[in-house]
Amino acid sequence: MSYRRLRAVFIKELHHITRDARSLAMALAMPVMMLLLYGYALSLDVDRIPTLIYDQDGTAASRELVRQFQGSRFFDIRGLVNSYAPIQNGIDRNQILMGVVIPRDYSKNAGAGREAPVQILLDGSDSNTASIVLGYAESVVRSYSLQLRQDMQNRRGGERGGAPVDARLRVWYNSSLESKNYVVPGLIAVILQIIAALLTSLTIAREWEMGTMEQLLSTPLRPAEMVLGKMLAYFAVGVADALMAVLVGVFVFTVPLRGSWLLLGVSICVFLVGVLFWGIFVSAVAKTQLAAYQMGILSSFLPAFLLSGFVYSIETMPPVIQVITHIVPSRYVVTILKGIFLKGVGLTVLWGELGFLTLYAAIIFALATRKVNQKLA
Amino acid sequence: MWERILVILRKELIQTLREPRMRVLLFVPPMVQLVVFGFAVNLDVDHARIAWMDMDRSPLSRDLRERFEGSGRFDVVSMPRNEDEVQQTLDRGLAQAVVRVLPGFERDVLRNRATEVQVLVDGSNSNTASLVSSYAGEIIADFSSNVAAGQQKVRVLTRSPNSAVAMTFPNVKASSRVWFNPDLHSRNYFVPGVVANIIMMVTLMLTALAIVREKEIGTMEQLMVTPIRPIELMLGKTLPFAVVGLLDVVLISSVALLVFHTPFRGNPLLLLFCAVLFLMTTLGAGLFLSTISQTQQQAMMMNFFFSTPAFMLSGFAFPIRNMPVVVQYLTYLNPLRYFMEIVRGIFLKGVGISVLWPQMVAMAVYGVAVVCLSAARFRKKLD
Repeated sequence: MSYRRLRAVFIKELHHITRDARSLAMALAMPVMMLLLYGYALSLDVDRIPTLIYDQDGTAASRELVRQFQGSRFFDIRGLVNSYAPIQNGIDRNQILMGVVIPRDYSKNAGAGREAPVQILLDGSDSNTASIVLGYAESVVRSYSLQLRQDMQNRRGGERGGAPVDARLRVWYNSSLESKNYVVPGLIAVILQIIAALLTSLTIAREWEMGTMEQLLSTPLRPAEMVLGKMLAYFAVGVADALMAVLVGVFVFTVPLRGSWLLLGVSICVFLVGVLFWGIFVSAVAKTQLAAYQMGILSSFLPAFLLSGFVYSIETMPPVIQVITHIVPSRYVVTILKGIFLKGVGLTVLWGELGFLTLYAAIIFALATRKVNQKLA
Repeated sequence: MWERILVILRKELIQTLREPRMRVLLFVPPMVQLVVFGFAVNLDVDHARIAWMDMDRSPLSRDLRERFEGSGRFDVVSMPRNEDEVQQTLDRGLAQAVVRVLPGFERDVLRNRATEVQVLVDGSNSNTASLVSSYAGEIIADFSSNVAAGQQKVRVLTRSPNSAVAMTFPNVKASSRVWFNPDLHSRNYFVPGVVANIIMMVTLMLTALAIVREKEIGTMEQLMVTPIRPIELMLGKTLPFAVVGLLDVVLISSVALLVFHTPFRGNPLLLLFCAVLFLMTTLGAGLFLSTISQTQQQAMMMNFFFSTPAFMLSGFAFPIRNMPVVVQYLTYLNPLRYFMEIVRGIFLKGVGISVLWPQMVAMAVYGVAVVCLSAARFRKKLD
């Protein structure tokens, strides 16, 4: 490995990058734009659920129950209706998500101390939202039921019993349960993965397509030098992207950064190196830019988005796919970023992940060098 | 004219299918996406891992634990003994929540004193966290009302043994009915969406690249000296990909039905018709991209620039309802949004034109506008 030849490739590649101003501008602007757009837009928080209520009973007692729903910040009561049809229609047209039906004998049953069911109709097509909505609706009804029971006990002059066991929920790391706090750190990882793979996946394929590979072949350049030099040039772009993304996360989205900045920086750099090598490897396997792009996107965007634990938790996946996630580098960086940002943990917890990223970078470097070598021979 | 279009069509099909890698890329990414979304991606929480810290060690606290385990929603994976271990468990993500029963739990309950069960939830995934806390709250509330009812019975019976009838209390219960997806499987929600995604992924990019490649290699000049007219060239370039797109729809829908048993309640012909409407917008957008890029690399970057936001802001994975209002208005510009609603409406809800016509009209207007705009631009570039 010669420093001089390495530098030559590095400078040549920098020229490529700076010459195409439009692509460079896009590579620099894209991460921040994506982060801003998605950080605000991607949210799984469920509130203000559009709801219709069909009160068949129409008594003071049933109106009291309606008020319970109106008072909850989770529901946005769009109106009271007089039949099932508007509920059916509204759900079909995606205008409402939930219908509450209070049956005719509700107040009679409740007054007599019998079980008084209240019907909840839900649009289940979005299963995640539906199960959260269901939880909210059940808890509104439950606490109302409890209150009724206590009132009745008081009236009967019994001692105050009430619910002896109370669930005291405490949420750690993200006490307001805002999804931005967990989406943004994951998003930074995903965006960097995509950008980095995109940046390098075209470099070697382009040399082949343009015919400049033959020219490089005739120089004394060694494959390892070529791979490393190309990587370093794009590393500069990647680091700039990463820095901007982290700053936006901390200052615009005000995601708490509880851990060490230094560890964050080191982990992101190691991750970038690995992914940039991966892009070069893909580029060496595919001979055309189109194939390289497709393979680059397929091997970076989908795994990073779906298999990294960014939003979809890995534990709920089938065991085979859980095993596959272990070779997805973004899985480790997502864990690291969430750990550093939200939990404020350090190397004692994250050394395994960081170690894997280092190993990944080394292995992919070896693979890419070998592949380029084969192509040269 | 048709003869010339057919020639281009044949040339394009040969060129696309000639390369083995391209053949693979046309059909493998759709399949991978389908499998991943069908099998792997899942927002459901069952068998959440919890740690159980029992500081009371009484029959009642064991009873509570059995209720957690018996619910099928929780698996107790560890039993931390002190604060340090609780911290470790959550820091390392070994469990999603720690349930802590405080000392004196049983004593307080039996003496009818209010007591509490602490549930510490790892909030770093807020979605899982809210489901876990709502399930845990439900179990504890059930437990509590059972205990309360039992005590009431004892008290009322001891006071007036003959009036056992009078001790009932009102119990308002939510009985829920979930439409369209009664088991609340997220797979049923995601798989139809994949159909929409894949059409966009495949057709948009292939169209743009097919044209830009000719520019880059210089064969565009050769095409221009032939008697072919711009409109013919355009049709010849886009039709093959329209066919590929429709084939993908049929292929993916069949796999969805046969492998994933996704419900299909609507009309398949309506789905195909809507797919054609949607193809107009993606092919038109592909043409447009080709007129503003000079190299394949630029076209790919532009494509990425266009299709990722379309994917993210389509309501595919993240509900549009949750987005900031400004972004919600932005999604009206996204053709994928309409098609996503249509696909889910047809698959899951079984609704027809009477419900879906606004989306169809929007796509048709969008499609015609995009096709005309890019056709005009494309022509100007050629002349």
